[in-house]
Amino acid sequence: MSELEHYTLTINGEDRHVSDAWIGESLLYVLRERLGLPGSKGACEQGECGSCTVYVDNAAVCSCLIMAATAVGTQIATVEGLNQDGSLTDVQQAFVSEGAVQCGFCTPGLVMAVHHLLDHNETPNEQEIKEALSGNICRCTGYGRIFAAVDSVISIRKSTAS
Amino acid sequence: MPVFIPSSLTDATRLLSNNPSAHLVTGGTDLMVEVNFNHRHPETVISLRKIPEFQHWNIDNKSGVVHIGSSVPYATMEHGELAQALPALAEAARTVGSPQIRAAGSLGGNLGTCSPAGDSLPVLSALNAIVHLHSETTSRSVPFAEFMVGPKRNSRLPNEIISGVTIPLTNGWQGYAKVGVRNAMVISVASVCLAIHDGNVRVALGSVGPTIIRGSESEAWINSVGLENVTPSVAQEFGERVRAESRPIDDHRSTAEYRRHAVGVLATRLLLRGVQR
Repeated sequence: MSELEHYTLTINGEDRHVSDAWIGESLLYVLRERLGLPGSKGACEQGECGSCTVYVDNAAVCSCLIMAATAVGTQIATVEGLNQDGSLTDVQQAFVSEGAVQCGFCTPGLVMAVHHLLDHNETPNEQEIKEALSGNICRCTGYGRIFAAVDSVISIRKSTAS
Repeated sequence: MPVFIPSSLTDATRLLSNNPSAHLVTGGTDLMVEVNFNHRHPETVISLRKIPEFQHWNIDNKSGVVHIGSSVPYATMEHGELAQALPALAEAARTVGSPQIRAAGSLGGNLGTCSPAGDSLPVLSALNAIVHLHSETTSRSVPFAEFMVGPKRNSRLPNEIISGVTIPLTNGWQGYAKVGVRNAMVISVASVCLAIHDGNVRVALGSVGPTIIRGSESEAWINSVGLENVTPSVAQEFGERVRAESRPIDDHRSTAEYRRHAVGVLATRLLLRGVQR
Protein backbone atom coordinates (compact mmCIF):
# COMPACT_ATOMS: atom_id res chain seq x y z
CA MET A 1 0.00 0.00 0.00
CA SER A 2 1.31 3.43 -0.86
CA GLU A 3 1.89 6.12 1.71
CA LEU A 4 -0.99 8.41 2.53
CA GLU A 5 -0.78 12.05 1.64
CA HIS A 6 -1.56 15.21 3.54
CA TYR A 7 -1.84 18.40 1.56
CA THR A 8 -3.71 21.69 1.28
CA LEU A 9 -5.73 22.85 -1.71
CA THR A 10 -7.00 26.37 -2.32
CA ILE A 11 -10.64 26.05 -3.29
CA ASN A 12 -12.91 29.03 -3.91
CA GLY A 13 -10.32 31.21 -2.20
CA GLU A 14 -10.19 29.09 0.94
CA ASP A 15 -7.41 26.73 2.12
CA ARG A 16 -8.80 23.24 2.60
CA HIS A 17 -6.73 20.52 4.23
CA VAL A 18 -6.84 17.00 2.88
CA SER A 19 -5.49 14.24 5.10
CA ASP A 20 -4.82 10.51 4.70
CA ALA A 21 -5.48 10.60 0.97
CA TRP A 22 -4.15 8.17 -1.64
CA ILE A 23 -2.13 9.98 -4.31
CA GLY A 24 -4.15 8.54 -7.18
CA GLU A 25 -7.34 10.31 -6.04
CA SER A 26 -8.73 12.69 -8.62
CA LEU A 27 -9.58 16.27 -7.75
CA LEU A 28 -13.23 15.34 -8.41
CA TYR A 29 -13.10 12.58 -5.80
CA VAL A 30 -11.39 14.81 -3.24
CA LEU A 31 -13.91 17.64 -3.79
CA ARG A 32 -16.93 15.38 -3.46
CA GLU A 33 -15.89 12.71 -0.98
CA ARG A 34 -13.36 14.47 1.25
CA LEU A 35 -14.26 18.16 1.19
CA GLY A 36 -18.06 18.10 1.05
CA LEU A 37 -18.31 19.89 -2.30
CA PRO A 38 -20.64 17.65 -4.34
CA GLY A 39 -21.56 20.29 -6.95
CA SER A 40 -19.08 18.89 -9.48
CA LYS A 41 -20.56 15.66 -10.82
CA GLY A 42 -18.82 12.41 -11.69
CA ALA A 43 -20.13 10.52 -14.70
CA CYS A 44 -17.57 9.22 -17.18
CA GLU A 45 -14.34 9.65 -15.15
CA GLN A 46 -12.43 9.85 -18.43
CA GLY A 47 -12.82 13.47 -19.48
CA GLU A 48 -15.55 12.94 -22.05
CA CYS A 49 -18.67 14.34 -20.38
CA GLY A 50 -17.57 17.62 -18.74
CA SER A 51 -19.94 17.25 -15.77
CA CYS A 52 -16.95 17.64 -13.40
CA THR A 53 -15.71 20.92 -14.94
CA VAL A 54 -13.85 23.22 -12.52
CA TYR A 55 -11.34 26.03 -13.02
CA VAL A 56 -7.70 25.48 -12.13
CA ASP A 57 -5.75 28.73 -12.37
CA ASN A 58 -8.61 30.12 -14.51
CA ALA A 59 -8.54 27.27 -17.04
CA ALA A 60 -11.72 25.19 -17.35
CA VAL A 61 -10.64 21.57 -16.93
CA CYS A 62 -12.09 18.17 -16.04
CA SER A 63 -11.53 17.64 -12.31
CA CYS A 64 -11.72 13.86 -12.84
CA LEU A 65 -8.45 14.06 -14.81
CA ILE A 66 -6.51 16.17 -12.31
CA MET A 67 -4.54 14.27 -9.72
CA ALA A 68 -5.62 16.22 -6.62
CA ALA A 69 -2.24 16.03 -4.89
CA THR A 70 -0.58 17.72 -7.89
CA ALA A 71 -2.96 20.71 -7.67
CA VAL A 72 -1.31 22.08 -4.53
CA GLY A 73 -0.56 25.77 -5.01
CA THR A 74 -3.17 26.32 -7.72
CA GLN A 75 -6.35 28.38 -7.46
CA ILE A 76 -9.29 25.98 -7.80
CA ALA A 77 -12.82 27.27 -8.39
CA THR A 78 -15.89 25.04 -8.26
CA VAL A 79 -19.55 25.62 -9.07
CA GLU A 80 -20.18 26.19 -5.34
CA GLY A 81 -17.91 29.25 -5.53
CA LEU A 82 -19.71 31.03 -8.37
CA ASN A 83 -21.97 32.87 -5.95
CA GLN A 84 -20.86 32.29 -2.41
CA ASP A 85 -24.04 33.78 -0.91
CA GLY A 86 -26.09 30.94 -2.35
CA SER A 87 -28.05 33.01 -4.86
CA LEU A 88 -28.13 32.06 -8.54
CA THR A 89 -25.73 33.59 -11.06
CA ASP A 90 -27.21 35.04 -14.24
CA VAL A 91 -26.18 31.89 -16.11
CA GLN A 92 -27.83 29.62 -13.55
CA GLN A 93 -30.98 31.81 -13.60
CA ALA A 94 -31.08 31.63 -17.39
CA PHE A 95 -30.81 27.82 -17.29
CA VAL A 96 -33.87 27.80 -14.99
CA SER A 97 -35.86 30.39 -16.98
CA GLU A 98 -35.14 28.82 -20.37
CA GLY A 99 -35.81 25.24 -19.25
CA ALA A 100 -32.21 24.19 -19.92
CA VAL A 101 -32.29 21.78 -16.98
CA GLN A 102 -33.95 18.39 -17.12
CA CYS A 103 -32.23 15.70 -15.03
CA GLY A 104 -29.69 18.35 -13.98
CA PHE A 105 -26.65 16.09 -13.85
CA CYS A 106 -24.74 17.96 -16.58
CA THR A 107 -25.89 21.39 -15.36
CA PRO A 108 -23.03 22.31 -12.98
CA GLY A 109 -20.43 21.49 -15.63
CA LEU A 110 -22.34 23.37 -18.31
CA VAL A 111 -22.80 26.38 -16.04
CA MET A 112 -19.04 26.43 -15.43
CA ALA A 113 -18.34 26.12 -19.17
CA VAL A 114 -20.78 28.93 -20.03
CA HIS A 115 -19.35 31.30 -17.38
CA HIS A 116 -15.85 30.52 -18.66
CA LEU A 117 -16.87 31.25 -22.24
CA LEU A 118 -18.61 34.54 -21.42
CA ASP A 119 -15.76 35.66 -19.14
CA HIS A 120 -13.42 35.42 -22.15
CA ASN A 121 -15.78 36.37 -24.97
CA GLU A 122 -18.74 38.66 -24.26
CA THR A 123 -20.33 38.20 -27.67
CA PRO A 124 -19.62 34.69 -28.94
CA ASN A 125 -21.24 33.60 -32.20
CA GLU A 126 -23.17 30.34 -32.56
CA GLN A 127 -20.08 28.44 -33.69
CA GLU A 128 -18.03 29.70 -30.75
CA ILE A 129 -20.78 28.76 -28.29
CA LYS A 130 -21.05 25.24 -29.72
CA GLU A 131 -17.28 24.88 -29.68
CA ALA A 132 -17.02 26.10 -26.08
CA LEU A 133 -19.71 23.66 -24.91
CA SER A 134 -18.48 20.73 -27.02
CA GLY A 135 -16.84 19.16 -23.98
CA ASN A 136 -20.10 18.99 -22.00
CA ILE A 137 -22.54 16.22 -22.76
CA CYS A 138 -26.27 16.54 -21.99
CA ARG A 139 -28.40 13.47 -22.62
CA CYS A 140 -31.80 15.10 -21.93
CA THR A 141 -32.25 18.45 -23.59
CA GLY A 142 -30.87 18.05 -27.09
CA TYR A 143 -28.97 21.29 -26.32
CA GLY A 144 -31.56 23.65 -27.84
CA ARG A 145 -32.70 24.99 -24.45
CA ILE A 146 -29.06 25.26 -23.31
CA PHE A 147 -28.14 27.41 -26.33
CA ALA A 148 -31.28 29.49 -25.65
CA ALA A 149 -30.06 30.04 -22.08
CA VAL A 150 -26.64 31.20 -23.31
CA ASP A 151 -28.27 33.57 -25.82
CA SER A 152 -30.49 34.95 -23.08
CA VAL A 153 -27.51 35.68 -20.79
CA ILE A 154 -25.69 37.42 -23.64
CA SER A 155 -28.64 39.69 -24.43
CA ILE A 156 -29.45 40.42 -20.78
CA ARG A 157 -25.81 41.34 -20.10
CA LYS A 158 -25.77 43.50 -23.23
CA SER A 159 -28.92 45.40 -22.26
CA THR A 160 -27.72 45.94 -18.66
CA ALA A 161 -24.34 47.17 -19.89
CA SER A 162 -25.79 49.75 -22.27
CA MET B 1 6.65 11.95 0.03
CA PRO B 2 5.11 10.25 -2.98
CA VAL B 3 4.03 13.39 -4.87
CA PHE B 4 6.67 15.83 -6.04
CA ILE B 5 6.05 19.15 -7.76
CA PRO B 6 9.57 20.34 -8.66
CA SER B 7 9.97 23.90 -9.90
CA SER B 8 13.12 23.35 -11.99
CA LEU B 9 14.34 20.78 -14.51
CA THR B 10 17.40 20.13 -12.32
CA ASP B 11 15.19 19.22 -9.36
CA ALA B 12 12.93 17.12 -11.58
CA THR B 13 15.75 15.01 -13.08
CA ARG B 14 17.31 14.51 -9.64
CA LEU B 15 13.96 13.39 -8.21
CA LEU B 16 13.55 10.96 -11.12
CA SER B 17 17.04 9.50 -10.53
CA ASN B 18 16.18 8.96 -6.88
CA ASN B 19 12.70 7.59 -7.67
CA PRO B 20 13.15 5.57 -10.89
CA SER B 21 9.64 4.08 -10.76
CA ALA B 22 7.92 7.48 -10.48
CA HIS B 23 5.20 8.42 -12.96
CA LEU B 24 5.85 11.66 -14.81
CA VAL B 25 2.72 13.74 -15.31
CA THR B 26 1.90 17.11 -16.87
CA GLY B 27 -1.82 17.63 -17.56
CA GLY B 28 -2.73 14.16 -16.34
CA THR B 29 -5.42 13.59 -18.97
CA ASP B 30 -3.94 10.22 -20.04
CA LEU B 31 -2.63 8.94 -16.73
CA MET B 32 -5.77 9.76 -14.73
CA VAL B 33 -8.05 7.78 -17.04
CA GLU B 34 -5.92 4.72 -16.31
CA VAL B 35 -5.84 5.49 -12.59
CA ASN B 36 -9.61 6.11 -12.40
CA PHE B 37 -10.26 2.74 -14.02
CA ASN B 38 -7.75 0.92 -11.78
CA HIS B 39 -5.42 0.08 -14.65
CA ARG B 40 -2.58 1.85 -12.89
CA HIS B 41 -1.82 2.36 -9.23
CA PRO B 42 0.92 4.99 -8.99
CA GLU B 43 3.08 4.95 -5.86
CA THR B 44 5.18 7.98 -6.72
CA VAL B 45 4.37 10.86 -9.04
CA ILE B 46 6.48 13.73 -10.33
CA SER B 47 4.30 16.56 -11.63
CA LEU B 48 6.06 18.66 -14.25
CA ARG B 49 3.55 21.51 -14.27
CA LYS B 50 5.62 24.04 -12.30
CA ILE B 51 8.84 23.94 -14.34
CA PRO B 52 8.96 27.39 -16.01
CA GLU B 53 10.73 26.37 -19.26
CA PHE B 54 8.19 23.57 -19.80
CA GLN B 55 5.43 26.21 -20.08
CA HIS B 56 7.40 28.40 -22.43
CA TRP B 57 7.18 28.59 -26.23
CA ASN B 58 8.83 30.86 -28.76
CA ILE B 59 9.06 31.39 -32.48
CA ASP B 60 12.59 32.03 -33.69
CA ASN B 61 12.19 33.32 -37.24
CA LYS B 62 15.92 33.92 -37.61
CA SER B 63 16.77 30.27 -37.04
CA GLY B 64 13.49 29.17 -38.63
CA VAL B 65 12.33 27.07 -35.69
CA VAL B 66 9.62 27.01 -33.08
CA HIS B 67 10.31 25.74 -29.60
CA ILE B 68 7.40 24.41 -27.54
CA GLY B 69 7.85 23.30 -23.92
CA SER B 70 6.43 19.99 -22.73
CA SER B 71 3.62 21.47 -20.63
CA VAL B 72 2.28 24.11 -23.05
CA PRO B 73 -1.41 23.19 -23.37
CA TYR B 74 -3.02 22.42 -26.75
CA ALA B 75 -5.31 25.43 -26.18
CA THR B 76 -2.27 27.70 -26.68
CA MET B 77 -1.51 26.09 -30.08
CA GLU B 78 -5.05 26.50 -31.45
CA HIS B 79 -4.99 30.26 -32.01
CA GLY B 80 -2.64 33.20 -32.31
CA GLU B 81 1.03 33.29 -33.22
CA LEU B 82 1.72 29.58 -32.75
CA ALA B 83 -1.23 28.68 -34.98
CA GLN B 84 0.04 31.07 -37.65
CA ALA B 85 3.53 29.62 -37.55
CA LEU B 86 2.37 25.99 -37.41
CA PRO B 87 -1.11 25.68 -38.96
CA ALA B 88 -0.99 21.87 -39.08
CA LEU B 89 -0.21 21.72 -35.37
CA ALA B 90 -3.10 24.13 -34.69
CA GLU B 91 -5.46 21.91 -36.69
CA ALA B 92 -4.28 18.80 -34.85
CA ALA B 93 -4.53 20.55 -31.46
CA ARG B 94 -8.10 21.55 -32.23
CA THR B 95 -9.10 17.89 -32.71
CA VAL B 96 -7.79 16.81 -29.29
CA GLY B 97 -10.64 15.85 -26.94
CA SER B 98 -12.69 18.82 -25.71
CA PRO B 99 -11.82 22.37 -24.63
CA GLN B 100 -11.37 21.02 -21.09
CA ILE B 101 -8.85 18.42 -22.31
CA ARG B 102 -7.04 20.96 -24.51
CA ALA B 103 -6.62 23.27 -21.51
CA ALA B 104 -4.66 20.52 -19.72
CA GLY B 105 -3.11 18.21 -22.34
CA SER B 106 0.27 18.96 -23.91
CA LEU B 107 2.92 17.69 -26.34
CA GLY B 108 5.00 16.31 -23.46
CA GLY B 109 2.16 13.98 -22.54
CA ASN B 110 1.42 12.98 -26.14
CA LEU B 111 5.14 12.14 -26.63
CA GLY B 112 5.42 10.39 -23.27
CA THR B 113 2.40 8.18 -23.96
CA CYS B 114 3.40 7.77 -27.63
CA SER B 115 0.14 6.22 -28.79
CA PRO B 116 -0.07 5.73 -32.58
CA ALA B 117 -3.34 7.68 -32.23
CA GLY B 118 -1.65 10.66 -30.53
CA ASP B 119 -3.10 13.62 -32.43
CA SER B 120 0.03 15.78 -32.45
CA LEU B 121 2.44 13.01 -33.45
CA PRO B 122 1.85 12.94 -37.25
CA VAL B 123 2.52 16.70 -37.22
CA LEU B 124 5.77 16.29 -35.28
CA SER B 125 6.76 13.56 -37.75
CA ALA B 126 5.94 15.49 -40.95
CA LEU B 127 7.62 18.65 -39.63
CA ASN B 128 10.81 16.76 -38.65
CA ALA B 129 10.50 17.80 -35.01
CA ILE B 130 13.34 17.25 -32.55
CA VAL B 131 12.52 15.93 -29.06
CA HIS B 132 14.64 17.19 -26.14
CA LEU B 133 15.45 14.74 -23.35
CA HIS B 134 17.28 15.38 -20.09
CA SER B 135 18.56 13.20 -17.28
CA GLU B 136 20.36 14.33 -14.13
CA THR B 137 23.69 14.26 -16.00
CA THR B 138 22.91 14.23 -19.74
CA SER B 139 20.96 16.15 -22.37
CA ARG B 140 20.21 14.92 -25.87
CA SER B 141 18.00 15.83 -28.80
CA VAL B 142 16.38 13.08 -30.84
CA PRO B 143 14.57 13.37 -34.19
CA PHE B 144 10.92 12.30 -33.83
CA ALA B 145 11.52 9.42 -36.26
CA GLU B 146 14.01 7.91 -33.82
CA PHE B 147 11.97 8.82 -30.76
CA MET B 148 8.84 6.74 -31.40
CA VAL B 149 9.81 3.08 -31.69
CA GLY B 150 6.51 1.22 -31.25
CA PRO B 151 2.95 1.49 -30.01
CA LYS B 152 3.22 3.35 -26.70
CA ARG B 153 6.98 2.84 -26.83
CA ASN B 154 9.64 5.50 -27.24
CA SER B 155 13.38 5.83 -26.86
CA ARG B 156 13.16 7.93 -23.69
CA LEU B 157 15.38 6.30 -21.05
CA PRO B 158 13.82 5.67 -17.63
CA ASN B 159 15.86 8.47 -16.07
CA GLU B 160 15.03 11.04 -18.77
CA ILE B 161 12.40 13.77 -18.90
CA ILE B 162 11.02 15.30 -22.11
CA SER B 163 11.49 19.07 -21.81
CA GLY B 164 9.99 20.07 -25.15
CA VAL B 165 10.31 19.96 -28.92
CA THR B 166 11.94 22.08 -31.59
CA ILE B 167 9.92 22.26 -34.81
CA PRO B 168 11.52 23.65 -38.00
CA LEU B 169 9.25 26.11 -39.81
CA THR B 170 8.20 25.20 -43.36
CA ASN B 171 7.95 27.67 -46.25
CA GLY B 172 4.96 25.97 -47.93
CA TRP B 173 1.45 24.84 -47.06
CA GLN B 174 0.83 22.48 -44.16
CA GLY B 175 -2.34 20.80 -42.97
CA TYR B 176 -3.77 18.02 -40.85
CA ALA B 177 -6.88 15.87 -41.19
CA LYS B 178 -8.35 13.19 -38.99
CA VAL B 179 -11.17 10.67 -39.16
CA GLY B 180 -12.99 9.49 -36.04
CA VAL B 181 -16.34 7.89 -35.30
CA ARG B 182 -17.92 11.31 -34.74
CA ASN B 183 -16.88 14.92 -35.13
CA ALA B 184 -16.02 16.00 -31.58
CA MET B 185 -14.23 14.27 -28.72
CA VAL B 186 -12.79 11.35 -30.63
CA ILE B 187 -9.67 9.29 -30.67
CA SER B 188 -8.49 9.12 -34.26
CA VAL B 189 -9.21 6.16 -36.54
CA ALA B 190 -6.82 7.55 -39.14
CA SER B 191 -4.99 10.86 -39.42
CA VAL B 192 -2.60 12.51 -41.87
CA CYS B 193 -0.30 15.52 -41.75
CA LEU B 194 1.00 16.89 -45.04
CA ALA B 195 3.59 19.64 -45.22
CA ILE B 196 5.32 21.31 -48.15
CA HIS B 197 8.82 22.71 -47.75
CA ASP B 198 11.03 24.00 -50.58
CA GLY B 199 8.49 22.56 -53.01
CA ASN B 200 8.79 19.07 -51.52
CA VAL B 201 5.91 17.15 -49.96
CA ARG B 202 6.17 15.35 -46.64
CA VAL B 203 3.39 13.12 -45.38
CA ALA B 204 2.97 11.37 -42.01
CA LEU B 205 0.23 8.91 -41.04
CA GLY B 206 -1.35 8.35 -37.61
CA SER B 207 -3.36 5.40 -36.22
CA VAL B 208 -2.51 3.18 -39.20
CA GLY B 209 0.56 1.39 -37.89
CA PRO B 210 2.59 0.58 -34.77
CA THR B 211 4.26 3.98 -34.99
CA ILE B 212 3.56 7.17 -36.91
CA ILE B 213 4.47 6.23 -40.51
CA ARG B 214 6.30 8.60 -42.84
CA GLY B 215 5.07 7.89 -46.38
CA SER B 216 8.60 8.03 -47.80
CA GLU B 217 7.81 6.24 -51.06
CA SER B 218 4.71 8.35 -51.67
CA GLU B 219 6.78 11.46 -50.92
CA ALA B 220 9.49 10.42 -53.41
CA TRP B 221 6.87 9.68 -56.06
CA ILE B 222 4.96 12.95 -55.74
CA ASN B 223 8.19 14.96 -55.62
CA SER B 224 9.35 13.31 -58.84
CA VAL B 225 5.99 14.16 -60.44
CA GLY B 226 6.33 17.76 -59.21
CA LEU B 227 3.79 19.84 -57.31
CA GLU B 228 3.03 21.96 -60.40
CA ASN B 229 1.74 18.82 -62.13
CA VAL B 230 -0.74 17.79 -59.42
CA THR B 231 -4.17 17.13 -60.93
CA PRO B 232 -7.09 15.39 -59.20
CA SER B 233 -5.99 12.09 -60.76
CA VAL B 234 -2.39 12.57 -59.59
CA ALA B 235 -3.72 13.33 -56.09
CA GLN B 236 -5.81 10.16 -56.33
CA GLU B 237 -2.75 8.08 -57.14
CA PHE B 238 -0.85 9.79 -54.30
CA GLY B 239 -3.65 8.69 -51.96
CA GLU B 240 -3.41 5.13 -53.25
CA ARG B 241 0.34 5.09 -52.70
CA VAL B 242 -0.11 6.45 -49.15
CA ARG B 243 -2.75 3.79 -48.54
CA ALA B 244 -0.24 1.12 -49.65
CA GLU B 245 2.33 2.41 -47.16
CA SER B 246 -0.07 2.21 -44.20
CA ARG B 247 0.06 -0.85 -41.94
CA PRO B 248 -3.17 -0.73 -39.93
CA ILE B 249 -4.76 -3.39 -37.74
CA ASP B 250 -8.35 -4.28 -36.82
CA ASP B 251 -9.24 -3.11 -33.31
CA HIS B 252 -12.21 -1.91 -31.24
CA ARG B 253 -12.13 1.46 -32.99
CA SER B 254 -12.10 0.44 -36.64
CA THR B 255 -11.07 -2.18 -39.18
CA ALA B 256 -7.76 -2.24 -40.98
CA GLU B 257 -9.54 -2.04 -44.33
CA TYR B 258 -11.45 1.12 -43.38
CA ARG B 259 -8.29 2.71 -41.99
CA ARG B 260 -6.41 1.99 -45.24
CA HIS B 261 -9.25 3.57 -47.19
CA ALA B 262 -9.53 6.61 -44.90
CA VAL B 263 -5.82 7.38 -44.82
CA GLY B 264 -5.71 7.37 -48.64
CA VAL B 265 -8.70 9.71 -48.91
CA LEU B 266 -7.20 12.10 -46.34
CA ALA B 267 -3.84 12.18 -48.17
CA THR B 268 -5.55 12.93 -51.50
CA ARG B 269 -7.59 15.74 -49.93
CA LEU B 270 -4.63 17.31 -48.16
CA LEU B 271 -2.50 17.27 -51.30
CA LEU B 272 -5.27 19.00 -53.27
CA ARG B 273 -5.72 21.57 -50.50
CA GLY B 274 -1.97 22.16 -50.49
CA VAL B 275 -1.69 22.85 -54.22
CA GLN B 276 -5.03 24.68 -54.62
CA ARG B 277 -4.29 27.25 -51.97
